[in-house]
Amino acid sequence: MKYDVVVIGAGPAGMSAAIRLRKNGSSVVVIDEQPAPGGQIWRGVERNSGPMAEALGTDYREGAALVQAFRACGADYMPETQVWQIEEGWHLFLTSGGKARRIGARVVLLANGAQERPVPFPGWTLPGVMTVGAAQILLKSGGMLPQGDVWIAGAGPLPLLYATQLLGLEGRIAGFLDTSRKPGLAALTKLTGAWRDILGLLKGARWLRDLRKSGKMVRGFHDLRAGGDGRLQYLEWLSAGERRKVKADILLVHEGVVPRIHETMALGCAHEWNELQNYFTPQLDGWGETSKAGLFVAGDAGGIGGWLAATLSGEIAGLGITKHLDASFDAEGERHKAGLDKRLASARALRPFLDALYPPPMASIADEVIVCRCEEVTAAQIRSVAKVSAPDPNAVKAATRCGMGPCQGRQCGYTVQALVAEAHGIPPRDVSFFNIRPPLKPVTLGEIAALGDLEDVS
Amino acid sequence: MNADLLVIGGGLHGLSAALQSARRGVSVILVERHFLGRHASGATAAGVRTLGRDPAELPLSLEAAGIWHEMNALVGDDCGFIACGQLQVAEDEVALAKIQARIRGLVGKGFAHEKVIGRDEMRELVPDLSPHCLGGAWVAGDGSADPHRTIIAFRDAALRAGVKIVEQCLLTGLQRHSGRWIAETSAGVIEAGTVVNAGGAWADRVAELAGEPVRQSIRTSMMVVTERTQARVKPVVSSLGRKLSFKQTAQGTMVIGGGSQGRLASDRQSASVDFVALAASVGAAVRLFPALKGLRIVRTWAGMEAMTEDHLPVIGFSRKATGLIHAFGFSGHGFQLVPSVGRVVADLVCEGRTNLDLGAFDVERLAKERAVA
Amino acid sequence: MTVLVNGVEIGAWNGETVASVLLRAPGAGRGSTVSRTPRLPYCQMGVCFECLVTVDGNASMQGCLVPVAPGMRIESQHGPREISK
Repeated sequence: MKYDVVVIGAGPAGMSAAIRLRKNGSSVVVIDEQPAPGGQIWRGVERNSGPMAEALGTDYREGAALVQAFRACGADYMPETQVWQIEEGWHLFLTSGGKARRIGARVVLLANGAQERPVPFPGWTLPGVMTVGAAQILLKSGGMLPQGDVWIAGAGPLPLLYATQLLGLEGRIAGFLDTSRKPGLAALTKLTGAWRDILGLLKGARWLRDLRKSGKMVRGFHDLRAGGDGRLQYLEWLSAGERRKVKADILLVHEGVVPRIHETMALGCAHEWNELQNYFTPQLDGWGETSKAGLFVAGDAGGIGGWLAATLSGEIAGLGITKHLDASFDAEGERHKAGLDKRLASARALRPFLDALYPPPMASIADEVIVCRCEEVTAAQIRSVAKVSAPDPNAVKAATRCGMGPCQGRQCGYTVQALVAEAHGIPPRDVSFFNIRPPLKPVTLGEIAALGDLEDVS
Repeated sequence: MNADLLVIGGGLHGLSAALQSARRGVSVILVERHFLGRHASGATAAGVRTLGRDPAELPLSLEAAGIWHEMNALVGDDCGFIACGQLQVAEDEVALAKIQARIRGLVGKGFAHEKVIGRDEMRELVPDLSPHCLGGAWVAGDGSADPHRTIIAFRDAALRAGVKIVEQCLLTGLQRHSGRWIAETSAGVIEAGTVVNAGGAWADRVAELAGEPVRQSIRTSMMVVTERTQARVKPVVSSLGRKLSFKQTAQGTMVIGGGSQGRLASDRQSASVDFVALAASVGAAVRLFPALKGLRIVRTWAGMEAMTEDHLPVIGFSRKATGLIHAFGFSGHGFQLVPSVGRVVADLVCEGRTNLDLGAFDVERLAKERAVA
Repeated sequence: MTVLVNGVEIGAWNGETVASVLLRAPGAGRGSTVSRTPRLPYCQMGVCFECLVTVDGNASMQGCLVPVAPGMRIESQHGPREISK
């Protein structure tokens, strides 16, 4: 089977691109890990109604219309399907229902979004500790509310949004450990752009007010530790030189989101370093095309921008891809006619402010902390190897097994990069990332063995 | 910078030659383009195998086997070596006859390290083996090591012996002036009396810079590593006539290789995995061990290594340049030879000769420009 | 609907995943592969692999990517996975 375009990810960017590409007459398949379209932001949007939809907010409800349009656009849609290898040319290897297969495409669009930035701290592997994003997914996909003494620790819009949603559903929060730093001059200089989106700013303020009313807000602390026997039982931190300890059943953490780069890294695309947020993004042209011809990226996978920017970058990629497939297509004209650049600028207006307001955590990681959750490698082990190796995370990986487990460095990649930089006294931007090895998802030996009979498929 | 010896290439062969030369009082600088063990040495399955070797390699291989059993004495660590044995399985009568003939031939030449084993003994060694396997060749003293631990052990031993190691250092020029080598590198000019070319997949480039172009290609053997599982398979297992080598590591992961080739990038600087080609090795593994088919693959890669036409390495003095010693072209089976080849190269560096006949490994057989008679 | 977690019946609802059930079912934690210390799902979005679990006999599935189905058999994994699954 060969399509004009394979879109990976059925979130805001992927759906918008698919709709635009179908309008332009391309054959499109959208592949997604989830059972229903919407991505993480609009997870369960076709199912959630009533008080749940109300609590999830207007941004969430916006998703229903786009999902409906996507369902009707005529693109093939493969839910619960994992893409585990992409070969230039383009061939994609997929698995669904325990069976591997291969499809071909003229163009690939990666619209696979973001993941939460993993920030290791003592006790982060304990049952009872999970991310705010995870808690929000549980809310959207089953209406599950965390029980007991629920603490949130972190910074950024998501914890505030989740807290607001939780309180709206009669959930309770025992306390909020705000790790954001005072907005410095850097944040304030970005404000001019932010004024263009006053509405967005006001929304942020209301979240905070709601939250302060509901429970405890802790600021200006450090050395957070989660502890307990076999599961989370308490939290400890240092505040004004004093060690505080509270009972806790659930701790939800969040320190921002970073693009998913395993696919573009595995393919050897050129990447850029985002100095404000300490993450890599694939280098993209004005249409979202990477350094590899025929491979496009849209949405948060190309740099964090939020759902509205994602839909617009999806549309722009849709136009760019159409032009790639048919040189006579007037992509520039369509882009102008739809006012895409103006709308994108407005959707992104708040972003420089947010990026400056919520810089990535800079605190040094304690030696005993497990950095690689899979292979259980500590910061001390990484430091001791990094000191005597070339400043390359892959040397650390080889010597410690850090990043060799099933998550393939998705949880430890940036931490190892930062520790290597620390050991050599160089900025993280001068340190590369892990070499990403396929398969991007753990397929079975049996599935690979069966590929021997696959020759004729594409 | 200057030294008696400049070793080009920070793989295991470069490290071993550097270490064993330094131990004999030679001052050594080793340069590595990326980081130590970046390519073949880090991408290897780390089989320690005398089984099935070309007879020309056997003197080196048997010497190495002895050293592997006493590795602590050489580098202060056992390198994770376990003498778990190596088994070459015959899946049909034709394969079994070939194995029997080979071992008869070895015995005729005085080599007694391999032995034929029957189905029952084999099943005792590897209970999970599929019942269709008929018998095989067995070397009890063979086994496997941990490649990364080996790299670290050789590096640390080399550093203790006084070797200066320069990583992220690319060689750009190599010329001989008034009896000394002048090497231009990204870390500056290095002067040395003798140069060892242990450049792995790029050894032909080093040879060319030194004025001795050779025919050499690049092997891109693919490897598969699974998730950790319970300890089940002790020996390293291969199958005659199939692209398969199989082992379970100390961590419990299964490592599957065997020579299925990946795709070499056009600039010859990287290689990528070809999953359809990989299906041959993985299929062979699943046929031998049907119970493993549900195991999940965590990682695959295509390692890069120099390959020669006859699959034998190049070990010995250059035929064109004075003070140049080659040690490359191990064609995918050089890991086991690391300690003995390092010893031989150190002999050449320090004494200008060695006790073993290196005729089969002469660079002349691969020369691009034959000397005009 | 109900599913079986380590042999014990537990209620589950349409739209949730195996990883979400693991958070509610008593004793459904995983033992990490190296030190066998207890773990529970962390990210719910396919990137942490803390929800690896045996579902209907298939081991090391990412529980957060598997929607529940009536009668599904979910079994925790402790330490290195077993080969028979």
